[in-house]
Amino acid sequence: MRELQLDRGMRRLVAGLLFLCTLGFAGGTLAEEAAAPGAQAVAVAVEAVAAAAPTPQKGDTAWMIVATVLVIMMSVPGVALFYGGLVRSKNMLSVLMQVFSIFALITVLWAVYGYSLAFTQGNAFFGGFDRVLLSGIFDPVTGSVANAATFSKGVYIPEFIFVAFQATFAAITVALIVGAFAERMKYSAVLLFATLWFTFAYVPMAHMVWFWPGPDAFTDAEAAAAAVASSGWLFQKGALDFAGGTVVHINAGVAGLVGAYVIGRRVGYGREAFTPHSLTMTMIGASLLWVGWFGFNAGSALEAGGTAALAFINTLNATAAAALTWTFAEWLVKGKPSMLGAASGAVAGLVAITPACGWVGVPAGLIIGALAGVVCFWGVTGLKRLLGADDALDVFGVHGVGGILGALLTGVFNTWSMGGTGIIDYVNNTIVDTDMATQVGIQAQAVLTAIVWSGVVALVAYKLVDWTIGLRVPEEEEREGLDTTAHGERAYTM
Amino acid sequence: MKLVTAIIKPFKLDDVREALSNIGVQGITATEVKGFGRQKGHTELYRGAEYVVDFLPKVKLEVAIKEELLDQVIETITNAARTGKIGDGKIFVTSLEQVVRIRTGETGAEAI
Repeated sequence: MRELQLDRGMRRLVAGLLFLCTLGFAGGTLAEEAAAPGAQAVAVAVEAVAAAAPTPQKGDTAWMIVATVLVIMMSVPGVALFYGGLVRSKNMLSVLMQVFSIFALITVLWAVYGYSLAFTQGNAFFGGFDRVLLSGIFDPVTGSVANAATFSKGVYIPEFIFVAFQATFAAITVALIVGAFAERMKYSAVLLFATLWFTFAYVPMAHMVWFWPGPDAFTDAEAAAAAVASSGWLFQKGALDFAGGTVVHINAGVAGLVGAYVIGRRVGYGREAFTPHSLTMTMIGASLLWVGWFGFNAGSALEAGGTAALAFINTLNATAAAALTWTFAEWLVKGKPSMLGAASGAVAGLVAITPACGWVGVPAGLIIGALAGVVCFWGVTGLKRLLGADDALDVFGVHGVGGILGALLTGVFNTWSMGGTGIIDYVNNTIVDTDMATQVGIQAQAVLTAIVWSGVVALVAYKLVDWTIGLRVPEEEEREGLDTTAHGERAYTM
Repeated sequence: MKLVTAIIKPFKLDDVREALSNIGVQGITATEVKGFGRQKGHTELYRGAEYVVDFLPKVKLEVAIKEELLDQVIETITNAARTGKIGDGKIFVTSLEQVVRIRTGETGAEAI
């Protein structure tokens, strides 16, 4: 017994160390970085003399502030209620609490090291440490805030709002995974896993897909080559992911599926009825997601302009189309059109249009949505049975499958002949076409990268957590419900 | 004295209460219950998961009455609660040994 306790003590210690190491990994070179700001300040001052720092336009800045708030609303309360309604009432608060805590945790980690490692120059997979603790963005002497690049030359937004906007993406991605291991994972395990997976899967994925030096670096062919070489790995390859099909949805979906396998099925799975306790809450959550997603997708344009409007209309249309096709598919196959089906369809449509929204035309948006409704319906029925994992709230079936579909279809519909936008040639300042087969190939590489990277990191992270503090609550506590056993409170006391 | 216990469809509660009031019944206890009889349950589908729900929601009425009112009460409940479709419910009659009105201490038929 004593040995057991010692062992447990050891494991706790290792768990603590794991957490600290993760933070240490980020903070490791903080000391050597400390010397840099002085030099940087000089460089900035010289630059400032050369050309006065451009002022961001108020319209773009205002839109990005609104978009960021909308994405916050997607996590809390959107995802929390969407998921919460789907579990049994005894686990309602545990789901709300896990989503809420993850949002808070990732927001803090993002400010401490996440943003720097994702969105500053480093290698092709991780960024550097220039922006640890968001240092160097605010200059207290001049009172100025640094600019962040958008997708247009000479157009900027204040870097702080870019940091915050991206923080909400990181937070919601980790929160999405909760659905897979809902109703049985330890609260402490959730927090430790979130920290590990965020650091080693989300951050590099965001860097690989989205980090680039910005359009101003593309002055001539030589500069462009250098700029591309300093970008993230998948960005270099030309992968298109407008708002996070790979970074957010495939990433979270795969981590969820791996989690469902590693942690195992819920007690009573397949024998007892796991009826959702409040589809009203789920409908409210899905609707908040739909509204918030306009910030997510249209906000990813980083400017209040035509591209944001294109992303907006596609997000509206694809979601509506997916809600309809899921409803009709369910009606046809299962006999009744359910509210849960319509809500799930809407989310599936939102997921699938996310990578495509700013890269495809209106007919393509409708088609992507329509297909997502049917394919994700299969994802949570036929495919789910095939996979055999208790992915409790279908994180993989909706986000994984929808994300893969959307990422691939972005390659199909980006070309001009399919009504897509093509891509911008920043050297010649023109728009150029993409080749469908080539682009789909590139998209497939991005999808595979996301699946393998997220899958491996998730597997290692779950195993580490399992070995240190344990992933799962005891069976008795699972039967009793996590609300009272883990949090000491009940959702409903009527 | 008799205790009449009736299991009825929930939406028939108001009809039955009104009909019983009209024939002079002065107190009813109603409870929301679940059960199954010949009606059996139904199937619910949540994405890929299909659950058979055996127990359907019903309302249980308990009415304490004087013996001479029994036939009239049974007839009234039967008429008021009937839809003619399966699942209309049942009526159980049991003998009631004692009744006490707590406020006054009255007992027997006086207390009903």
